[in-house]
Amino acid sequence: MASPSPLLRVEALDKSFPGVRALDGVNLTLARGEVLAVIGENGAGKSTLMKILAGVQLPDGGRILLDDRPIRCHSVHEALRLGIVLIHQELNLAENLDVAANISLGREAHVLGFLRSRAMRAEARRALKLVGLDVSPRKRVGDLTIGQRQMVEIAKALATNARILIMDEPTSSLSRHETETLFGVIRNLKAQGVSVIYISHRLGEVRAVADRVVALRDGKNAGELLRGEIDERRMVSLMIGRDASGWYRREPLPAGEPLLEVRDLATQAHRRHRLSFQVRRGEIVGIAGLVGAGRTELLEAIFGVTPPAAGTICVAGRPVRIRHPIDAICAGLALLPEDRKLQGLVLEMSVRQNISLPGLFRTRLAGMFLNFRRERSDAASLISSLRIRTPQATTPVQLLSGGNQQKTVLAKWLNLRPRVLLLDEPTRGVDIGAKEEIYRLLEQAAREGAAILFVSSEMQEVLTLADRVLVMHQGALAGQLTREQLSEEAVMHLATGQVGTTP
Amino acid sequence: MKKALAIGALLIVISAAASLKSPDFLTAANIQNNVNWSSLWGILAIGSAFVIIAGGIDLSIGSVVCLSGCLLSLLLHGWHIRIGWLGLDTELKFGVPAALTFVLVVAALLGLGHGLLITKLRLQPFVVTLCGLLLYRGFSRWITDEQTQGFGDDDVAALIERFHDWTVGTIPLIEDFELRIPFVQRLFTVRTPFVQEFHLPIPFLIVVALGLVAGGFLHWTIYGRYLLALGRNEQAARYSGIATDRMVIVAYVLCSLIAGFGGVLLALEINSVQPSSFGAGWELTAIAAAVLGGCSLRGGEGSILGVIIGAALIRVILNATFLLGVPDTLADATTGLVILLGVIADELFHRLAARRRLRSA
Ligand SMILES: Nc1ncnc2c1ncn2[C@@H]1O[C@H](COP(=O)(O)OP(=O)(O)OP(=O)(O)O)[C@@H](O)[C@H]1O
Ligand SMILES: [Mg+2]
Repeated sequence: MASPSPLLRVEALDKSFPGVRALDGVNLTLARGEVLAVIGENGAGKSTLMKILAGVQLPDGGRILLDDRPIRCHSVHEALRLGIVLIHQELNLAENLDVAANISLGREAHVLGFLRSRAMRAEARRALKLVGLDVSPRKRVGDLTIGQRQMVEIAKALATNARILIMDEPTSSLSRHETETLFGVIRNLKAQGVSVIYISHRLGEVRAVADRVVALRDGKNAGELLRGEIDERRMVSLMIGRDASGWYRREPLPAGEPLLEVRDLATQAHRRHRLSFQVRRGEIVGIAGLVGAGRTELLEAIFGVTPPAAGTICVAGRPVRIRHPIDAICAGLALLPEDRKLQGLVLEMSVRQNISLPGLFRTRLAGMFLNFRRERSDAASLISSLRIRTPQATTPVQLLSGGNQQKTVLAKWLNLRPRVLLLDEPTRGVDIGAKEEIYRLLEQAAREGAAILFVSSEMQEVLTLADRVLVMHQGALAGQLTREQLSEEAVMHLATGQVGTTP
Repeated sequence: MKKALAIGALLIVISAAASLKSPDFLTAANIQNNVNWSSLWGILAIGSAFVIIAGGIDLSIGSVVCLSGCLLSLLLHGWHIRIGWLGLDTELKFGVPAALTFVLVVAALLGLGHGLLITKLRLQPFVVTLCGLLLYRGFSRWITDEQTQGFGDDDVAALIERFHDWTVGTIPLIEDFELRIPFVQRLFTVRTPFVQEFHLPIPFLIVVALGLVAGGFLHWTIYGRYLLALGRNEQAARYSGIATDRMVIVAYVLCSLIAGFGGVLLALEINSVQPSSFGAGWELTAIAAAVLGGCSLRGGEGSILGVIIGAALIRVILNATFLLGVPDTLADATTGLVILLGVIADELFHRLAARRRLRSA
């Protein structure tokens, strides 16, 4: 098992928050050059444990030993000095600064307070090369895609020369290709003796990179798996405490009339390409493609976030003019946006108030008054049906774990009972059990007569959930695959722009 | 809500201290005066609270106050407009209702302008309203020719007598009682002179009514919820189908409209509108009151009750320092210091509470 003197040893760590015991006597060891995966359901305490290791939070009890010496990090800075770096689950970049400035943030090279920009850019270029990201160090982070931002975040961590690198769900917004690059980086680090703690809900990835797996459940250790034992069934049963109920399988429904019809649509970002397709009642359609293929832009154009440059949209056969999300909501559309922290949630507001927000105008009383009773009952029923783990409905949503925040965003839109549900990465950061629940909820929405259009970078998700897949490539619709034609190769073929024979 | 209680307690402590130190503090006249001014400033502060909650700021309140005071007086007296190069030469002379409407419409239009510039042109609220501050002050001085305005002369005074009494007048509280109910009279023997002398200023009734409406709007209507949401995260609010631009504009219109109304009250109350100084700095009083009362300049947070108490607190501090013989020149510094201490205490209290919550969990 663990080598005689591990690099890092965590003993009986405790941490409580109001109403939750996030960590309850957790033990952990990490050897030099080891890649340790930590898995667990949403709210199991993974992020909390990592935040404590990285000096973001202090534990209530227990010990952390680095090289057999007890340490207690009161700040991120102290942890950095000890060589412990955390890449947070949620992005933490200054959007107004350029890539180089972000990579060296807090450790800027300077002479008497004056920045040495050239040195910083050189450092940034080196770090970017490590993660295989081809963007200029002078580019503003706000102009990057989410996947690119995540790579910048990783580059930033690499530039600190860490001994222990902690990655909290680094791949949740990465494309397959970027994920592969990241794995290459991890293997390199390992060869240099750097230890990596890797958190992910994508068990396939865990199997690919981890030397050892530790599972947490309800803030306690739930067991571990060594190299040879790592397989998905075992991981799931450790996480949820029983055998998995069997994989989710979708039963296609007979599709009805077209609910969403898009004709010759051009998005602001890709004005040259015209997109046409339709989604029928009861149908679940996936949009696949590489990062930057214009999938998010397409959804946001339909929903009126960035109104389309041209084209028509029909909902239930009737053309609608959508210039603002409010038009879209009135037409019966809903969009679960890509970035829950920026676009999906008002973090300081309660779970209940977040869930009710888009539907307030429908339930209002006497033209303008809040319907508190309705708000309370709607939120309560969604919290229980989506199994959102929160101490109370009135808890600020920022105190929830990442996966539970994601479920809150979903709840907010399901509450509207939309005719057409648009979803951008619906299960980002959601654990495997909850993922199945979400699939069931979406399927149920479809059965009740909704049309569903979702974007996902996770191939597995596209393959299991979709009845039909639209593949995009550089802003254009590269092709369509029916369920019979659907396979990983077929999707990749279209997504990479190899104009194929597929209809 | 908790914050409102906390600064309410602070208000009581400071009042108690002041009344121990100075016999003049608890006199009917002084209390009446404090209630009156707290209410007038409270009205302005409620307006600024809307803008702050929507994540903005309005620096033009003081100048809008000045402009509306000047306009009201000009319109009632007869406003002679002569612009040579336009060949314009007319006189506007309105009765009270028309003049009041005119002033309020102008104020609302100014707010509309701020809101449009901020939402459609994406200019920064600080810059837009700073320009407003300079513009309306300058405009007031120009249209009045720097002449002090008032409502004192006979014909106008007669014209506005009822209007004056209904807006900034006072209501005697107890007079009638005394004669009819002997028991009450006995109970109040000691304090009768006080209770008799104290007349309730009507601005107090106005601020209470306005506060109830504003508080109800903020916490019981969907539009209030929209303001709170977009003040925290405008993007998420927009994705949720909230017409964020429209709501922001509403906030600025309300703020300027309330400032215009406050300006009318203040002009009537002071009865002397000096275009270069009337209302100067009151935007900061209003903002300070809002912040003391629990509004965060980051937006999305605030209680109307707290804001009104905040205004009262500022007024009482000013009054107490005056009565305690602190040199007049130090008045601003004292106010600044107390606000700073209040905000620091609040922050420390917050952290302490957060830590205690963690422990007890
Ligand atoms: N600052 C906080 N205040 C209150 N509760 C918190 C705070 N941070 C985390 N929690 C709670 O602690 C529990 C563990 O959260 P944590 O973020 O560690 O979960 P996680 O395992 O990372 O889940 P996920 O997979 O969803 O990211 C959750 O119930 C969460 O609501
Ligand atoms: Mg987490």
